[in-house]
Order: sequence, then structure tokens, then C-alpha cells
Amino acid sequence: MMVPVTIITSTRTKPIRAMLEYDFMRSAFAAAAIVALVSGAVGYFLVLRGQTFAGHALAHVGFTGATGAFLLGVAPLWGMVATTMIAGIGMGLMGERLAQRDVAIGIVLALALGIGLLFLHFFATFATQATALLFGNVLAVDTATVWTLLGLGVVCLVALAVISRPLLFASLQPELAEAKGVSLRLYSVLFLAIVALATAECAQIVGVLLVFTLMVGPAASAQRLTSSVGKGLLLSASLALAEAWLGITLAFYTDWPSSFWITALSAGVYLATALPRPSSTLRRQAARR
Amino acid sequence: MIKFQNVSLVLGGRTVLSDVSFEISPTEFVGVLGPNGAGKTTLMRAVLGLIPPAQGSIAILGKPAIRGNPAVGYMPQLRGQMAHLRLSCRDFVAGVVNGYRLGLPVLGKADHAEIDRVLDLVGARSLARRPVAETSGGERQRLLLAQALIGKPRLLLLDEPLISLDPHHQRSVIELVKSVQTELGIGVLLSAHELNPLLGALDRVMYLARGQVALGNVDDVITGPVLSQLYGSEIDVVRLKGRIFVMSGRYDVEHDEHRHDDGAGHHHHQHSHQTHPGDA
Repeated sequence: MMVPVTIITSTRTKPIRAMLEYDFMRSAFAAAAIVALVSGAVGYFLVLRGQTFAGHALAHVGFTGATGAFLLGVAPLWGMVATTMIAGIGMGLMGERLAQRDVAIGIVLALALGIGLLFLHFFATFATQATALLFGNVLAVDTATVWTLLGLGVVCLVALAVISRPLLFASLQPELAEAKGVSLRLYSVLFLAIVALATAECAQIVGVLLVFTLMVGPAASAQRLTSSVGKGLLLSASLALAEAWLGITLAFYTDWPSSFWITALSAGVYLATALPRPSSTLRRQAARR
Repeated sequence: MIKFQNVSLVLGGRTVLSDVSFEISPTEFVGVLGPNGAGKTTLMRAVLGLIPPAQGSIAILGKPAIRGNPAVGYMPQLRGQMAHLRLSCRDFVAGVVNGYRLGLPVLGKADHAEIDRVLDLVGARSLARRPVAETSGGERQRLLLAQALIGKPRLLLLDEPLISLDPHHQRSVIELVKSVQTELGIGVLLSAHELNPLLGALDRVMYLARGQVALGNVDDVITGPVLSQLYGSEIDVVRLKGRIFVMSGRYDVEHDEHRHDDGAGHHHHQHSHQTHPGDA
């Protein structure tokens, strides 16, 4: 982690209040809260629509943008936002034509990472930046970035709230939605633009390679735990928040990377929800008889 | 209810319907039959206002067919996606209510009443809390029908609701559609591969082939001369114990059409595919 080891060791045994005395910890918790709520909500629709791969793909493209921004002397977050938005809107416009193109998509994604690597090569502090971009570094988020994340997060959530009803309709029953006057392409583009923004935010916390852990893990777990849309959205956001905060706390006390802890918690929760529940299966069989 | 006047429909440069005129009255149950690619889905999409006619006019309840007409309910073909959907059946149906409006999908009292109404109509109230992924094919068809009934449409378009159902479930879906249609006094246009499961429920049958349409009573339309002219080749119609088989030479036309979906070959020797007695 970016944090001097001396701080970590001197606080290891102190209570949670002590942890919050550090500016970088307060910023980390604030940033993680914003990003987790956005990721949880956006991710819910991503999983519902079966577009989880889009989140992963957009993050890869964002890596090119972030490293390009380094070269231009711009904050990487903005480079990432710009490229993910362009890619997201492009994917939305391509629509169904992208569905069967997994080889082409895979090659483009690899190229995106490759170009990002080249950009980093021209940059002095190569290894540190690469690690932070790829795997995230929430403890290095400063106060200004928190405010930026908050602004982008509000845009994301407001936009999602505005389109949520037709988006849900188009996701559940596209042909009927189309017949009822809902433009599938419009909502696909708008939604992927929101996903793009959420991905850029998410990458600030867990890095471009681990966006899945906050965008998809909590949402997929929530959809296994509840079959209601409203509860599912709340649960998805709550799980993301809990996993992110607990991950940072564990990182603080163990000095292991926060991204590791968040991925571990996300995977753990998902596995726990994916386990077959014999009681409910039996009940169902009994009900069918 | 539906009035086609000299309508031609063109899809991707291919003329699907050519100069077709017909009229369907408000409380009719019409079965739409015809070979694959004859334009059954295209015809429905034109009624929905999704495909503007290249020529002629389509009127629904006296007004031109437009997209988003609340008087028209639509049940698309069953999609594989439902098999993975963890949402409850109730929320699956609820997603359709006012779905074209912007904002949060929050439902009011009247919306909940509407969902209860359609779930009761299709007999799916008991499914409400179960995840869609855990329902059977027949139950999923009920849910799709419930979605189509949201908003009290006066015309229902059902695209291949019998596909991938066994004869027993085919019969129960037809009985359900018939009872809903009678109870609400609405019109139904239902496309299918096979005529026999529909025989008891139909008022009239519409046969599509080679860009042309034959609409009338089953006994008038499903005859050798009419279908031979429509297909442009020799067609025999065999009636056997209340069931009807449409044959081209030695082959059962409907059976072969059915086979296309499975990706199997064109030429099977003719044999009965109605193995369940009393099916029609």
C-alpha cells in the first residue's frame, strides 16, 4: 500500500475511533461509500440485463484513458471517464451486433491494456502507477477526489433513477417494451453511459482489473438473496458498501491491500449465496406435489 | 378491429406480404398459420406499428397502427433469458406497468390492483412470489400472457405461444387464452406452427404463404384447393378423427415446418405427430 508502514504498525491495536483520526482513512471510507452505492445500484441492472461483461470491458478501455491522461498531465480519473463514456456509448449503439463478437471484443480489450502499458512506459513512476490503476489504491484517494467522486456519483444515480422504469421494462421484456414505444437502443446507450461512469468511479477504489468485485459481486449476491426489485437494489448497494468498508478496515489492521480484502469479501458473500439451500428446495418440491 | 388495405410489407429488401387486404372483427379469435418465414411475426410487428407498410394502410380500431398503442397487447416468443431470472413472477409482471414512463419503478395502489387483476386472469396468483427461474414452460407462458394483458388491451397478439410446449401444456395455454378472450370480450391473433391444438378455440384461421393471405373458417381455408393455390404446389388436406393434416406430396407440411426449428432435415417420411389421443 501507499501508506507508510510506521503508521499502520502504530495503530494496529487501536480502536476504530483511532482509525478514523487519519485523513486518508476518512477519505477512503467516504470514497468507498460513494463508489459502493453507485456500483451496487448500477451493477444490479447490469446483472439483470446479463451485461456484466460490459463493466469488465469498459474498465479495460478506461485503463488506456487513465494512462493517456498521465501523459497529458491530466488527472487519470478524467481520462478514464472520457474513454469509458465513449466506449460505453459506442457499445450501446452497436447493440446486438456486439453479442456474437467475443473474439473481436477480447482482442480490442487486450489492445486497450497494451496501449495503456505503452503510455505508462513513457511515464517515470511506471510500477507504482500501474499497480494503482490496475488494482486500485483507495488509501491514496485525496479529499478533492472524494468530492469529484461524489459529483460523478450523484450524476450516475440521478440518471439511473430517471431511466430506471423504462430500463427495467426494456431489460425484462425487450420486444414488448419496443412495442409499447420504449426505444431499446436509446436505453441501451444511456445505461451503458451510466455504467461507463460507474466503472470509472469503481476503478478508483479497486482498480480496473477488479471492477467486477464491486459492480457484479454484490448485485449477483443480492439477486440470489431476494426476488424483489426494490429489495434487491437496496441489498446490492448495502452489500457493496459493507464489503468496501470492511475491506478497508481489514486492510488498515492487517496491512494487506484493501483491494484484496474487498475481492475476498465479495467472492465470499457470493459463494455463500450460491450454495444450494436444501431447506428451500425441499419446500418447493413439497409445494409442487 | 384490424383492417389491412392493400398492404405490402418489406423487410430487409424482401417482400413479406404483397398487396394483402383483410379485416378482423373485435371479438374474434384468429389463428395465424403458415410456413417459417411466411411473415407471421412480421405481420404482428406491423399491427404493433413497428414495421410501417411499404404500401397500403393498416388500421387498428379505426386508427392507423402506431407504436405504443395501449389498445394492443403483445406476447412475444418465449425467451431463454427467463430461465436465469431470479426476480419474482410478480415483479416480472410488474416491470411492464407504465414501463414506458420515466422515473423510478414505484407502483401505486391502482398499479398493484392491475397486477393482481392480470395474475388472476391467467391463474398465476399463486406463482407471484416464486422466482421466474423456478417456473415451468407453461407457467412462463402464463406470465407472458399476464404481461400482455396489463393496461386492458382490446386486441391480443400472441406470437407462437405453443412453441416448445408438450401437447398437454399446449392445450392448457389455448384453453387459458380462450377463456381470457371470452371473459374480456377481446380479439386475439395467435400464431402457431400447428393447427390441431387450436381447432376447438378458433373462430377463423389465417394462412400465410408466399406473400399472400387466406383468411376464413377452418373448413373453407384448410382445403386442398385453397392451400395448393397459396403454396403454389400440390397440397392435400387429410381430416382424421377431428384432426387435420396438411400434406405436400408424401410429407406433412406442418410437421416439417416444426422440424426446421430443431435444425433437422427437410424430408421426413410422413407420419402422425399427434401421438396424444384427444389432443384436438
